[in-house]
Amino acid sequence: MVIERRWKKWFYFYIPLGVFILFTLFPFYWMGVTALRPDPELYRSWRAANATPFWTLDPTLEHVKGLLSTTAFLRWLWNTMFIATVSTIISLICGMFAGYALARLKFRGSEFLGTAIFITYLVPQTLLFIPLADIIRNMHLGNTPWALILTYPTILIPFCTWLLMGYFKTIPRELEECARIDGATRFGAMVRIIFPVAVPGILSAGIFAFTLSWNEFIYALVFLSSVEQKTVPVGVVSELIRGDIFFWGQLMAGALLGSVPVALAYSFFVEYYVAGLTGSIKG
Amino acid sequence: MAEVVLTDVNKWYDGHVHAVKHVNLHARDREFMVLVGPSGCGKTTTLRMIAGLEEISSGEIRIGDRLVNDLPPMDRDIAMVFQNYALYPHKSVYSNMAFGLQMRKYPKEEIAKRVREAAGILDIEQLLERKPRQLSGGQRQRVALGRAIVRHPALFLFDEPLSNLDAKLRVQMRVELKRLHERLETTAIYVTHDQVEAMTLGDRVVVMKDGLVQQVGDPMELYGKPANKFVAGFIGSPAMNFAEVTIAESGGALWAEAPGIRIKVPPGSTAGLRSHTGGRVALGVRPEALRLATGSDPAEYVFDATVDVVEPLGAEILLNVSAGPHALVARVEPGVSVKMHERVRFAFNPERLHFFDHATETAI
Repeated sequence: MVIERRWKKWFYFYIPLGVFILFTLFPFYWMGVTALRPDPELYRSWRAANATPFWTLDPTLEHVKGLLSTTAFLRWLWNTMFIATVSTIISLICGMFAGYALARLKFRGSEFLGTAIFITYLVPQTLLFIPLADIIRNMHLGNTPWALILTYPTILIPFCTWLLMGYFKTIPRELEECARIDGATRFGAMVRIIFPVAVPGILSAGIFAFTLSWNEFIYALVFLSSVEQKTVPVGVVSELIRGDIFFWGQLMAGALLGSVPVALAYSFFVEYYVAGLTGSIKG
Repeated sequence: MAEVVLTDVNKWYDGHVHAVKHVNLHARDREFMVLVGPSGCGKTTTLRMIAGLEEISSGEIRIGDRLVNDLPPMDRDIAMVFQNYALYPHKSVYSNMAFGLQMRKYPKEEIAKRVREAAGILDIEQLLERKPRQLSGGQRQRVALGRAIVRHPALFLFDEPLSNLDAKLRVQMRVELKRLHERLETTAIYVTHDQVEAMTLGDRVVVMKDGLVQQVGDPMELYGKPANKFVAGFIGSPAMNFAEVTIAESGGALWAEAPGIRIKVPPGSTAGLRSHTGGRVALGVRPEALRLATGSDPAEYVFDATVDVVEPLGAEILLNVSAGPHALVARVEPGVSVKMHERVRFAFNPERLHFFDHATETAI
């Protein structure tokens, strides 16, 4: 047995881990500090004698209060929540059935279809929004939540389909064969056996889809115009940057509050989420 | 209670792989029939076609008096036990066993009664509340069996159910399966690649190879009268010894000759072998039909060989010997003392010699 030297553990493990944690968490810390920093401190030069760039001595909630009173932030939060939830549900349902079909049913062109779905996921949104804008206008959906609820699945369904297809493939075929002998139809076996077993995969696809639509920017920017219809990412950027004036405190407060629901979603389902991505099934 | 009849069943994959060829089988009511063969021989495909999990390309399958060709698995009144148990991981043992009955809309009390009864038979009553992942391999196997027997189906199908168990447990479960079959009196079709399992469990055994049925018979019949060289070599452990011999006539008798071996063809085989005079056939002899020769053995049934390896197994000793170019295995009494590289004389039991046609490999 090799006895590890202590410095090796530090050198190969703790220090790289620390650097990584610092690198990923620092933006959040910066966001939090800026949101709580009073304006005079915010605009103080770094070279000033009493500058405290990395912390604040005088935390205040004035930016949060300002955000909630002067902008439609709560309305944006509700819009974002509604749009992200509905489009996630639509995408999950489609993704579950499509993923199951691609993983289990043998039909002509199934492999091609799988690849084709994946390729649609690769088409950049910045290209896709131009034709989609035309469709939205023709359907008179512009400036309504449905403009986003119906366009987000164009990226979310391929994503959910692929993730779930991979997950369904890890579930032993015998499970549903056994269910079909036990008296279930193919559909019954899928709903009663395969879907419950695939809950970790379905949850992680759902979390991913929810996060993607929560953070989505381009479609939301293009398809929504009035202030009350906006989502958090677009509303914060368009209403709190006026000309060349950045309301840094409120911007950061908005970003902070806007990321809370996603963080909550992750922390609730983190175990399922890990199992879903690593595809582990415990028989 | 049902008999199962397969009539000229074929399975083609993608139009060009002929996985199961013209299979005709008749499993009698309450019979335990075992399909055995090397991997890829079509035994599992045959079972899955009976279950309805694979479509049949042509032919007929009847369970009881119903033609089931186009019936979905749920309507065939069967239960199947899979190699990896296929327990539903999100359900408790009780729910696993109850699932088939719930799907068939049995009343709750009836389900509870049947599950308790099956759990009692299999001695898993104390596990009913557990999840499959909390069970050992043997316990999972019992639950899988329980799930099959609660349904009281007309036919049990087993797809290598013991393969994932360790050797000791496998022997134990084998005995239990046999006992269970005695008790339930239901027709069963069982697939395995293990010929010992096939011989111990089967009322009748079907040997398959390359999608073709080679022989159907009760275990002792397969062992004693193999229909061809494949069955002879597949059934029995250690396997039957084969030697290529030439049939020659001298002095009115037939002789089987090969370098290092010259034996007289026993009277029982002469009629069949006479037409092969001058030609080559395969001589088959089981390891236990060889023994160390004593002075009284007739000279026409003995040969000399060199011992290569001695394998003392306790109850018996296996001698790997070479006679001329032929490597043979002999199973001898544990008392004999033979050393490696020793030259010894072996005697055949003339009643137990097998001859196989060189080209067709069928028994002569």
